[in-house]
Amino acid sequence: MDWLFFSEIGLAGIGTGGLYAVAGLAFVLIYKATRVVNMAMGELLMAGAYIFIGFSAGLALPVWISIPLTILATGLLGGVIERTIIRPMLGENAISIFMVTIGLGSVLVGLVEIFWGADPHRLVDFIPSDPIFIGEAYLSPKVGYGFAVAAVIIGLFLVVFRTWRGGVALRATAGDQAAAYSMGINVPKVFSLVWVIAAMIAAIGGILVGSIGGVSPSMGVYGLSVLVVVIIGGLDSLLGALIAGIFVGLIETYAGAYLGGEYKMLATFSLLVLILVVRPYGLFGTHEIERL
Amino acid sequence: MQTTEVSNLKAPPSPQAAERDILSVEGLSLSFGGVKALQHVSFNVKEGSVTSVIGPNGAGKTSLFNSISGFYTPNEGNVNFLGKNVNKVAPPDRAEMGMARTFQNIALFKGMTVLDNIKLGRHAHLKTNLLEALCYFGPARRTEEALRKEVEERIIDFLEIDHIRNSSVASLSYGLQKRVELARALAMQPKILLLDEPVAGMNREETEDMARFILDVKEEWGVTVLMVEHDMGLVMDISDHVVCINFGQVITEGLPHDVQAHPDVISAYLGSGDVATLRKKFKAGR
Amino acid sequence: MRIGTAKENYIADEALFDTNVQRGWMIALIAALIALPFLSGQYAIYLVCLVLINIVSTTGLNILTGFTGLVSLGQAAFMGVGAYIVAIMEIHLGTPFLLNLIVAGFGAALVGIIVGLPSLRVKGLYLAIATIAASVILHFVFANWTSVTGGVSGLSMPPASFFGSELIQPDQVYWMIMPITVIMLFGAANLFRTRIGRAFIAIRDRDISAEVLGIRLLRYKLMSFAISSFYAGVAGGLWAYFFRVITPESFPLLMSIFFLAAIIVGGMGSILGGILGAVFMTMVPEVLKMMVGVLSPIWPDAVAVMSPVRIIVFGALIIFFLIFEPEGLAEIWRKIRRFFHLWPFKT
Repeated sequence: MDWLFFSEIGLAGIGTGGLYAVAGLAFVLIYKATRVVNMAMGELLMAGAYIFIGFSAGLALPVWISIPLTILATGLLGGVIERTIIRPMLGENAISIFMVTIGLGSVLVGLVEIFWGADPHRLVDFIPSDPIFIGEAYLSPKVGYGFAVAAVIIGLFLVVFRTWRGGVALRATAGDQAAAYSMGINVPKVFSLVWVIAAMIAAIGGILVGSIGGVSPSMGVYGLSVLVVVIIGGLDSLLGALIAGIFVGLIETYAGAYLGGEYKMLATFSLLVLILVVRPYGLFGTHEIERL
Repeated sequence: MQTTEVSNLKAPPSPQAAERDILSVEGLSLSFGGVKALQHVSFNVKEGSVTSVIGPNGAGKTSLFNSISGFYTPNEGNVNFLGKNVNKVAPPDRAEMGMARTFQNIALFKGMTVLDNIKLGRHAHLKTNLLEALCYFGPARRTEEALRKEVEERIIDFLEIDHIRNSSVASLSYGLQKRVELARALAMQPKILLLDEPVAGMNREETEDMARFILDVKEEWGVTVLMVEHDMGLVMDISDHVVCINFGQVITEGLPHDVQAHPDVISAYLGSGDVATLRKKFKAGR
Repeated sequence: MRIGTAKENYIADEALFDTNVQRGWMIALIAALIALPFLSGQYAIYLVCLVLINIVSTTGLNILTGFTGLVSLGQAAFMGVGAYIVAIMEIHLGTPFLLNLIVAGFGAALVGIIVGLPSLRVKGLYLAIATIAASVILHFVFANWTSVTGGVSGLSMPPASFFGSELIQPDQVYWMIMPITVIMLFGAANLFRTRIGRAFIAIRDRDISAEVLGIRLLRYKLMSFAISSFYAGVAGGLWAYFFRVITPESFPLLMSIFFLAAIIVGGMGSILGGILGAVFMTMVPEVLKMMVGVLSPIWPDAVAVMSPVRIIVFGALIIFFLIFEPEGLAEIWRKIRRFFHLWPFKT
């Protein structure tokens, strides 16, 4: 066995996993606070990446201005989505809301195709391209820096989530919506806020993922892998999303390297099935007790 | 087929049977984590009786019901039904054996009409298979016709709900929903009927109707009734036997008035204090 | 209650179509279906065949999702199973098409049962995700079990034959697709007049209290999965006979979403809804295509925008119906009917 190759793949897997963790974070955030399973997560990432193209290539703005603008614009998009599509569905059963987000994903794909066409695009290169070596193992700079940014974002988010007042309101809402409401927390506002923040995180994820592999309207498939991540981690566990993100990234990369590209999805989804059978609520998720 | 169904339902309780225990609970204990919901609860339900379980909120009454109907697996003890230990019998099989129940917070099927809800009660006793169902003509149609006839003529008439048979249950008042739930339980051809707070949230008139129906179920249908109820007036009026539990334990059991007069029961409901004054308050309240 | 519908016995009150007007419409519809191939061109018949195939599969999904409350995103993959079974039997065995279709149905049902097995432990969204996993895994099998499925290039199969004549053109295959669709629709409608259908609805509305009534959850959930994927398998088989080329890309996840959209738009938990939804969703792209044809002289880019607009309309319809008319077209239909029942007098 070639240990160098093995560890290089491992590094690449961790790098990919970091990005999954970011997307998973956005997913879990929405689920935790609003109980919405957002099937349009991949499309939200895609929207972020395309908005970045719009600013950096379309308007030819410098990257360091485009990035914050993209984050703001995608955040705004998230807010608009919450107000127009998710808010009217409040109180409906979880499955209807789940299907609304499927519809949303479809609309986002169509919009992107109208503006940018169906062909894949490359993002403006802004990530340093000098190779990274960890020990002897080579790591693609894009994946490496992508992972670093992902780690910073996640860290930042966790700090804010634990300390800031809004974070506390958010956690209260996640715990018990009705109780949070009666304690004077403006629950609808928290919902909007959550979608804005999640969309912002998705924008960062989208820019990173797009810089590594390019973007196309079929990026929604990425959302499927994110789905695997959050199910394995447990839908309502931030920690679960992080660990499962890395884990799925590793599994996928190893399967791709040793078995062939077509085995990537098979490997992750087989793992998903296994988890569903053995531990349906994920590794770190809360098992909800059914009331009669 | 029809004749046997009807005769089953109509059979009045024979005098000897009245002495038999249809259901017995022996040393039942149940805990959730550290919370002991039930501790060594034992009592018997005589065939053909109305037995009531009373106790303050959180005493473990609903846990007891859920253990009897098979939702909770008790940590210790036995539930015997028709002389058979049913600890390992799943809820659907208990239903088939003749155990029917209603729920405290109404568990009707909102997407169905009253009629379909009631028909559903007969599910376990119908034998239509998938192929017959897909074809409908033939055996499935005969079964459905017989079922419809019986539901209409015996249950809907009896409970006086013929005006709402085609309404969706979601549109009904609380009292009527409770009545439909009772209808559905009766359609199960039960040997014992577990009623979880049958008159909670009802006004006086609805309560009186329900009391009448429960007595008729016992006397005309020959079905044993076990109920959990807070309305002391109803319990005193229609019960043959009362079991009082508190903190998951049986405090006392016996005839309604003996139980009502029992000092422990009074203090369970009204808190500790001078028994004589409490008793006065307790009686005045009813 | 509608006036003028007094019944004299319970059988009449339990009938599928309870008024003479309804029965009249039904007969007219069947007559129209029989007359259709003699009156219209191949393209119209092609569309009708496509609609009918989609109706079968949508009705299947409606039984599972609309009536039993188990969301599945695997319907297209189950169709794929049926299509491959039909193609393989037709190529290697040359057995009669009716047998092939039945085997396709049972094959898909078996796969459906396996996919449904987790349904006792996981429910709702987790189950939906398990069915996504199933479609990914089935897609992998279709694409990589090359010796049987022909790999990514798929299978080409001979047409069905019926007493020596081959069914090639849409107006020939139509005579296979139409009667089977009608029979399967009646089967589905009948199901919900019996204890099995009632048990499904009970599971959807409150699955724990269904148990107290003696309904065995696992058995009925699996039965629902089996029936639903049986319908998908037959629909897939019909699809195979209709197109005669099957590749792994013929049954993408998007197609499963299409069926889900069809029952949302049409009306979940209503047989009529499944039919209306399948018709509507199949015809929307056709209408858009027609609009593009009208617009392209004035607006040359119309053709290029066609595909994304289709995707947007597809998503927007799902969102629109879920927010504004959760009971779908079937409910709109009922409202219209109520309006005209006593028209011109107001009810």
